[in-house]
Amino acid sequence: MTAVALGPGRVTQAGVTKSEWIKLRSLRSTWFSLAAMVVIVDGIGTLFSALHAHRMEGGAGPDVRLNFDATQVSLRGVFLAQLAIGVLGVLVITGEYATGMIRSSLAAVPRRRPVLVAKALVFAAVTFVVSLPTTFLGFELGQLAQRSTHGQADLSTPGALRAIFASAVYLTLIGLLAVGIGFIVRNTAGALATLFGIVLVAPLLVNALPEPYATDIAKYLPLNIGARVVATTDYDPTSLGPWAGIGMLAVYALVALVAGAFVLARRDA
Amino acid sequence: MIEAHALTKRFGDKTAVDHLSFEVRPGRVTGFLGPNGSGKSTTMRLLLGLDRPNSGGSTINGKRYGDLPAPLREVGALLEARAVHTGRTARNHLLAMAATNGIPKRRVDDLIGLVGLDGVADKRVGGFSLGMGQRLGIASALLGDPQVLLLDEPVNGLDPEGIRWIRNLLKALAAEGRTVFVSSHLMSEMALTATEIIVVGRGKLITTGSVADVVRRAAGASVLVRTDEARRFGALLVDAGHQVERSATDTLIVTGADSATVGRIAAQEAIPLVELTPQHATLEEAFMEITRDAVEFAAELPASADTTGATR
Repeated sequence: MTAVALGPGRVTQAGVTKSEWIKLRSLRSTWFSLAAMVVIVDGIGTLFSALHAHRMEGGAGPDVRLNFDATQVSLRGVFLAQLAIGVLGVLVITGEYATGMIRSSLAAVPRRRPVLVAKALVFAAVTFVVSLPTTFLGFELGQLAQRSTHGQADLSTPGALRAIFASAVYLTLIGLLAVGIGFIVRNTAGALATLFGIVLVAPLLVNALPEPYATDIAKYLPLNIGARVVATTDYDPTSLGPWAGIGMLAVYALVALVAGAFVLARRDA
Repeated sequence: MIEAHALTKRFGDKTAVDHLSFEVRPGRVTGFLGPNGSGKSTTMRLLLGLDRPNSGGSTINGKRYGDLPAPLREVGALLEARAVHTGRTARNHLLAMAATNGIPKRRVDDLIGLVGLDGVADKRVGGFSLGMGQRLGIASALLGDPQVLLLDEPVNGLDPEGIRWIRNLLKALAAEGRTVFVSSHLMSEMALTATEIIVVGRGKLITTGSVADVVRRAAGASVLVRTDEARRFGALLVDAGHQVERSATDTLIVTGADSATVGRIAAQEAIPLVELTPQHATLEEAFMEITRDAVEFAAELPASADTTGATR
């Protein structure tokens, strides 16, 4: 062991963020999940668009054409893709608990909170940077597949640009909700069950409530927020507006992350 | 310098670490000994701020671990349970760790060479043998060139070559003036590397001191005597106030007296001795003696054979 010149250095949020970026990009599951999201959004957008176009060529009534939401059809894949992003968001932290890596991470950053902040930042940035071109491409491919209907949307169609952008934000926020739940639950299976219980199962349960509770509660559920976000014309009038919904979802993600930070600081690693 | 003050950690109604106080000084290897389940790993986690004590506390170089501005530059730790994501390569693991404490990238390359991981640095850790995993753990611990090293069972599962490598490394690090704190349930291992030991059982401090002191205190002095007049000599020794045990017709084990005393009595009484040998307890025996009451699962004690040659 010879003398080593390491230069000065201390734990900083920037250093921890760099570390989390190295961690995220150095796992294959990251790239599998992101690739799955791209394939799902763009594949389903194209496929559903083509199927609808085919059906219309076969002669659909004017009422069908009138209510048809060409943008929504091309972005439907978002609802399956949220599974891939949710799994990635959960694994970002539960993978560390499962392997014991968390002990190395927290020994290196004993104040702990910078780890959560860095994970959320890096995950959100990567997810958004990948999902925005993905929803854009899904929209364009979907409209291409609907060309024959002459009813396809384009970027100047009211709500289309908003739907593309907000869909990417929706995926990112679902992912952040997953990160927060992962920090709270720590265990992969438990965190996934919690996340998809909230996102996918809660709407079914709420539907079973008597009115007006069903309608009043349903609009606050993440899945229904997502349904409004991808739509431009064909949406449930009782739902929250697209940006109000995104704001609501951001609050959920933030609450989960704050609770996750609390758990991280208090519990033994 | 590591200091623990009345560290206490309970899990439910089980007290894993019980008012444990000790000091670990720089410039030597200090062994942390105890049977399985005696609270060694929990103590290590408490020192690293991973678990929170119910009461008491600890400092490293005078500071609480959580207050260290760059902990990897002051304390290097090798935790017993592997603390590495199995899906990541060794190099990426080290790069990610280094980034948190602002440690330059070239240090990672240097360490990969130093611990002998060159060939596998870009392979995923999940496929590593125990030996390679320990080398990666050592590299992690040395990343920040720390003055204090905490190593939990570092030789567990290593082959003889790996064990010798760790031993020499620990001694070299201590010789450079670093504080080296190594836990083990293997007394024989500690006898070879440590100069000071801290012995715990059921989370409590049992004894501490230099290896030689601990052995002497634990085993007491005893002398083996062989003589044809064992019966008569035994009676004389008992009269002189020593404890005598007759282990064969011509053999006595005398405790509470050294060989000079026994020889003098034999000369005075004109008893011809065939053999007169001082008995040295090994650290292993001393340890068994000391911790006999503190072993949590008595049947588990002979399991010390599980630690060699498991490298794939």
